[in-house]
Amino acid sequence: MTLWTSQKAVISRLLLHCQPFHPMIRSFSGMVVFVLRRLFSSLVVMFCVASLTFLLARSMKGGPFDRDRPMPEHLKGELEAKYKLGGSLWQQYTAFIADLLRGDLRVSTKYRDWRVDELLLQKLPTSLGLGLAAFVLAAFGGVLAGAWAAMRRDTWIDFGAMFGALVAISIPAFVVGPLLIAVFGMWLGWLPIGGWGNWKQVILPAVCLAAPYLAYVARLMRNSLIEVLRSDFMRTAKAKGVGEWQALARHAMKVAILPVVSFLGPLAANLLTGSMVVESIFNIPGAGTIFVNAIQNRDVMLLVGAVIVYCGLLVFFNFIVDVAYTLLDKRIRLHG
Amino acid sequence: MADAGSRWLGSNPSGWAVLKRNRRAMLALWFLVIVVALAIFGPLMMQDSMSQPSDAVFLAPLQKGADGVMHLCGTDVNGQDLFHRLLSGARVSLGIGLVGALVSLIIGTLYGMVAGYAGGKVDELMMRGVDILYSVPRILFIMIFIAALDSEFKGWLDALRLWGQSNAPVMESLARDLLPYSRVLVMVLAIGLIEWLTMARIVRGQVLVLREMTFVTAARAMGQSAWAILRKHLLPNLATVILTYLTLTIPAVILTESFLSFLGLGIEDPAASWGSLLKDGAQVINPIDSKWWLLAFPALLMSLTLLALNFLGDGLRDAFDPRSGGN
Repeated sequence: MTLWTSQKAVISRLLLHCQPFHPMIRSFSGMVVFVLRRLFSSLVVMFCVASLTFLLARSMKGGPFDRDRPMPEHLKGELEAKYKLGGSLWQQYTAFIADLLRGDLRVSTKYRDWRVDELLLQKLPTSLGLGLAAFVLAAFGGVLAGAWAAMRRDTWIDFGAMFGALVAISIPAFVVGPLLIAVFGMWLGWLPIGGWGNWKQVILPAVCLAAPYLAYVARLMRNSLIEVLRSDFMRTAKAKGVGEWQALARHAMKVAILPVVSFLGPLAANLLTGSMVVESIFNIPGAGTIFVNAIQNRDVMLLVGAVIVYCGLLVFFNFIVDVAYTLLDKRIRLHG
Repeated sequence: MADAGSRWLGSNPSGWAVLKRNRRAMLALWFLVIVVALAIFGPLMMQDSMSQPSDAVFLAPLQKGADGVMHLCGTDVNGQDLFHRLLSGARVSLGIGLVGALVSLIIGTLYGMVAGYAGGKVDELMMRGVDILYSVPRILFIMIFIAALDSEFKGWLDALRLWGQSNAPVMESLARDLLPYSRVLVMVLAIGLIEWLTMARIVRGQVLVLREMTFVTAARAMGQSAWAILRKHLLPNLATVILTYLTLTIPAVILTESFLSFLGLGIEDPAASWGSLLKDGAQVINPIDSKWWLLAFPALLMSLTLLALNFLGDGLRDAFDPRSGGN
């Protein structure tokens, strides 16, 4: 959620100090070592996240089998034994870890005929589709808008774009969503107001989800490009007689895009978790709804499974972004 | 003389002077002052009947209820005056923003200062930890945290109330007043405990620069301890940067709170925040009989406040952050 606060610090770290992200990458073998180290730390993170979630979820008051009417003790004990949630917290935890290591996410306590991985496999593609659409929109739209604003610095295009960006960052998705529905769904009647299925139903939720991040990427891109345009190699390019737009495409973009690339990991995280609200506004049957319901139903295993899958996706995505970053940033090799 | 006359003798404008000339930021500051004043004093000056449920449900704005009281922003599903709810929601939302941001500020500043001043392996390890936390879905943890600790905290407050009944009437009334806000208190703590990452990065970056300066070397040569140097020499130099990012963290915390309240995991009735008011408004919207005021007024007030906070934060950053290019 902390969106716009770090952008200038990131830019200056990248552009002024030229501090390499991963100084150990020098060669192919360095890359292998890097991948292995990241894999190991990712596994440790996933393990900690899974443990913490399970312990927190089990220490919630009101277990998954509590109903309005108190249940006979032996019945509750049998249910708990069936779902492997009986015994002391430590016994439950070790049994859970043992199952997790075998890749078994167990059965949901609310939807009792469903395994957790089946439930997630059914709901997750919708959320991922929505997230991907918003991701593409935010990344490309933001880069284009930011580059345009930087090239037309201190004109009304720049001021307008940056004012619009701050407005888009400030207005929460659950205000934008109903507004979009009211204008495009009800008033103009161009697009469906909810549901999930055809491409028309993707547009409004994707725009609603992407808007603040598009604005953030645009601000990031503009500030970074302005910094690059001031640099010596751009002056050299201009002196050689390279045109404004050609210099942008051939020289400036490569460097200016780096802060945006390093933001892509957090962007994916924000889009995945942010889709919860958008799903509830547009009535989309995705994984976000599952997560909120799982908390309210004290559905421990579904909750833990959802957190593990979310976290795994994010860790994987951050890894991809880091690799892409080291491939893009030539300075890392120079420094090594 | 001619030489001196041709040279500019003034000093560079201070950060505050730069800020005062930023018209957008000053406008935002005045707007925020008005909103805060309204939130604090508004509910005190209105009649008590305004906060109570009445029969006059879903009155449009500017209509008079049965008792002849005009409702500036209309009434909601329970017949409560929306203007009153907006202002008490402002108290909650702004309070959450401030407290959550302060918690995150304390943790982030401490963490960043220690990492930056220690440097070397310690710094690398601590910052790697921050990187890892960035890649964890933090909002999910806030949700689980609230669900896990909410009822515990309610139990404590209840125990405090019972204890106060016989021993300390002040504590009893305090606990009774806090009870509807118990979940919010847990939420503020959870958000503060999780939103400190950016602050830690910024502070650490600043400390890395500051600790190489001669006044720090001098202090060290005089035999001051690392802790004294951090507190007496580095902290005052970090003050404006911290203030800037505090202003930018408040809207982030308010957004997180409203996000949770909108999903029904935040504040509970009868207490209200902007997020829960928006949720109530979104629930009754439909194309046939639109009760637009229930959505429009909370949305407008919240968006304008967040916008003002962001404008002010941007202005502060341009004025004070040495790395923000501006001047």
